[in-house]
Amino acid sequence: MKDLALRALDAVTRSGVTYADVRAIDTRDREVTTKNGKAGHVSSSESQGIGIRVLAFGCWGFAATSDVSRQGIEAAAALAIEIARAGTAAKKHDVVLAPEEKYEATWVSPCAIDPFTVPVDRNLATLLAIDGELRRDPAISLAEASMHFTRERQVFASTIGSLIDQTRTTSGAGFSALCYKNNEIQKRSYPNSFGGQFQLKGYELIDELDLASHAPRIADEAIALHSADQCPEGTFDLIVDSSQLGLQIHESIGHPIELDRVLGTEANYAGMSFLTLDQLRRLRYGSDIVNVVCDARLEHGPGLGTFAFDDEGVPAQQTDIIRAGEFTGYMTSRETAAAVGEVRSNGCMRADGWARLPLIRMTNVSLKPGKQSLDEVFGADHAIYMETNRSWSIDDKRYNFQFGCEIAWEMRGGKRVRMLKNPSYSGISMEFWNACAAIAGSEHWTLWGVPNCGKGQPEQVMGTGHGASPSRFHNIKIGGAYAG
Amino acid sequence: MPVDAVSVQDQVVRAARAQGVDEVEAILSTSNQALTRFANNAIHQNVAELSSQLSVRARIEGRTARASTNRLDPAGIREVVEQAIAITRLTEPDEESLPMAEPAEYRTVDRWSGPTAYITPHERASTVARAIAAVESAGQVAAGIYSTDDTEYTLLNSRGVHAHYCETMARFSITAMATGSSGWAKASDYSHWDIEPLELALSALSKARQSSAPRELPAGRYTVILEPAAVLDLVGQMFGDFSATAISDGRSFLNDRIGKKIFGTNITVHDDAWHPLQSGAPFDGEGVPRQRLTLVENGVVRDIAYCRQAAAKAGVMPTGHGFPLPNEFGEAPANIVIAGGDSSVEKMIASTERGILVTRLWYIREVDPYEKIFTGMTRDGTFLVEGGQVTAGVRNFRFNQGLMEMLSNVEALGPAVRASGEETFDMVVPAMLIRDFNFTEVTRF
Repeated sequence: MKDLALRALDAVTRSGVTYADVRAIDTRDREVTTKNGKAGHVSSSESQGIGIRVLAFGCWGFAATSDVSRQGIEAAAALAIEIARAGTAAKKHDVVLAPEEKYEATWVSPCAIDPFTVPVDRNLATLLAIDGELRRDPAISLAEASMHFTRERQVFASTIGSLIDQTRTTSGAGFSALCYKNNEIQKRSYPNSFGGQFQLKGYELIDELDLASHAPRIADEAIALHSADQCPEGTFDLIVDSSQLGLQIHESIGHPIELDRVLGTEANYAGMSFLTLDQLRRLRYGSDIVNVVCDARLEHGPGLGTFAFDDEGVPAQQTDIIRAGEFTGYMTSRETAAAVGEVRSNGCMRADGWARLPLIRMTNVSLKPGKQSLDEVFGADHAIYMETNRSWSIDDKRYNFQFGCEIAWEMRGGKRVRMLKNPSYSGISMEFWNACAAIAGSEHWTLWGVPNCGKGQPEQVMGTGHGASPSRFHNIKIGGAYAG
Repeated sequence: MPVDAVSVQDQVVRAARAQGVDEVEAILSTSNQALTRFANNAIHQNVAELSSQLSVRARIEGRTARASTNRLDPAGIREVVEQAIAITRLTEPDEESLPMAEPAEYRTVDRWSGPTAYITPHERASTVARAIAAVESAGQVAAGIYSTDDTEYTLLNSRGVHAHYCETMARFSITAMATGSSGWAKASDYSHWDIEPLELALSALSKARQSSAPRELPAGRYTVILEPAAVLDLVGQMFGDFSATAISDGRSFLNDRIGKKIFGTNITVHDDAWHPLQSGAPFDGEGVPRQRLTLVENGVVRDIAYCRQAAAKAGVMPTGHGFPLPNEFGEAPANIVIAGGDSSVEKMIASTERGILVTRLWYIREVDPYEKIFTGMTRDGTFLVEGGQVTAGVRNFRFNQGLMEMLSNVEALGPAVRASGEETFDMVVPAMLIRDFNFTEVTRF
């Protein structure tokens, strides 16, 4: 693959570009699912290709191909340059990149058990055992369980002389139980909705999750929700579990701090951001106990946003995003760093495979653990506690959000007094974070994986990481999804 | 990168037989996609992608699994077949698994344009430059995309199915931004000649101009005029439930509602792969020809889609809407056509004493799967209508709206047009005038 990357780089540099980088990628993927006692989707895939990004005539050009023959690479290189030249038809200024060092490195993510050495029949046996637990009560009309494994090797080569070989292995698994009866659908999922938990790990993640032991409780809750009370509408203290808080971070902090979005380059699709440049180091984004980092380093944990170098050859870094409530940083790229007075990118450019251009993407955007015990977080006189996301929506500048969860409980003095169905809460991003009253400590902190973050045109799907622990928020609007 | 599908299939069948397997399916797809993206009145991302993929499914004694690759040399083809067979042998047998589909006749559709397939980066860039110039000359800022795709899809199996489809698709989308307001327009067609980027740019900048200094109105129930893209992105969310498998799973809102009137009498919906404004292959993921379905007739739920397995279970004929196997979802309609009416957006505005005109909806997510309540936001052109006229732009609303209630409150329909949004696939839908639409919150812009 190194030869392939260098051959492609040579093909574009011969044409006299200002800058170029090439990513040669080999991806392997396995997905195994079960549904109601049967094998569902059992598939494997592999994909190889090369993406060539050039800066010429002051404009970017990008061409990608799965034809990695000499002829195919030459054609893609020529097309990338032709595309850059075409960009001059609507150019305002030449693209300028922040300086970066040259790196030669090889990095392989930690993986204790190679998931591709575990046979499919063992995957299925594990999932079918979970399925059996979920369907003990015939009231469960749909039981689904899944595993997903990906390995991507990428060789990055650039005209500044970098040659970086990275291999990342990710794993994910989860299950759900759906109960339809009396004109109502209720569903519970574990350990998270929409596929479960995903991390930068091998098959050891599946063992750690201990999925089957949680299946009976999840099935019972899906059934019990049918006889639970409707979540009330009003203003309450809200406690959210760490998986839901991970998605809250993703939507109301992670996306707004993407500097390309702030600068308008996502305006037509993903939208813009309320975090305009004048807010940096001025906005009270959260209460004093709120500290958020964007951290791609392995020290942060095995997140879907963990790597050694981003997709334009910049080393993984930690950036303070919110420090004691103050907004302190954006996610940047080599092209955008100067817009916020930085001399260097903080390494957030990521691409969805060989066929896509790197964009500013979340790495691991995490709420740092707090100092409260779990009893203190849950210790409010009266609160609503919500678990596991069911729906999520936020406006295109990331002010107004609404989240629905699968299940909730009314809490009094730290005790669960009744189960509530169809819970939801809504608010304005910075008002919500300023209402943060308690954050549980590091022993309750989990680095969650969001495997399906969409952005860009053509759309790219990216895995991001979000660490969080259960937290309490004061006076939050609850129940709006069923209002009116 | 020309690929001979028949030659690939021969290699697939030979490789499978060498492993002692007779029943095998190959899906070969090739794609040439290009997209010119602009923002801040300049082209900033400009990309092209050439790719091919071979996906092979084996079936052995009731077991089935799939393996895919984009290595189309003889070794790559042989290895993907071996991989498909290896994982198939490790799966569990399914007593409801059916032999692969039999050959069928396909009614052809012509949705491929040579000029669109061979458009150059310079042609796209020139078109974009003209659209930007129009917006910039109005003192506004443009962002958007102009994309062209050329795709070819061939499905073959060892029983003799040979289904082939090729299509081009052009898309132009533009957001025009003024101080404190924005406007949006988008169109798609298999031929780029039938898209008018400059007209779309003028429409977007006009909306941005008209919605300047937006007023904040309280949340509540309003009469709304949803333009076709807004109808598409909201109503389009429900069609995955018109599925026999979804109903059997208990995840469809149509459980216990087939044959019942759940929408207004003026709502009729077909699934029609041959509609002149539609796109997509006239066969499904197993090679079964698509049938025209009447999903809703005068508000009553009529037909649902059946894949082969669901059809066999129900004792009916498959409708040609199955996804490639193996999958958990079964089937879904793919070519939605909602019947239009004799009104228009202009007539709807003229007939509205007080209401909200909505250009586009955003970030739509399901709140309640059985009541089919969805939440989302308005975006890029939301207006107050008073006394039959657009009088002001308004701050964007959050809605929480049940689709059964909404489609029972439709008071007028415009002509059905091909609409393109960002939340679901393109469909043929009309603009709608709807009473009592449920806006629950207002945002800050």
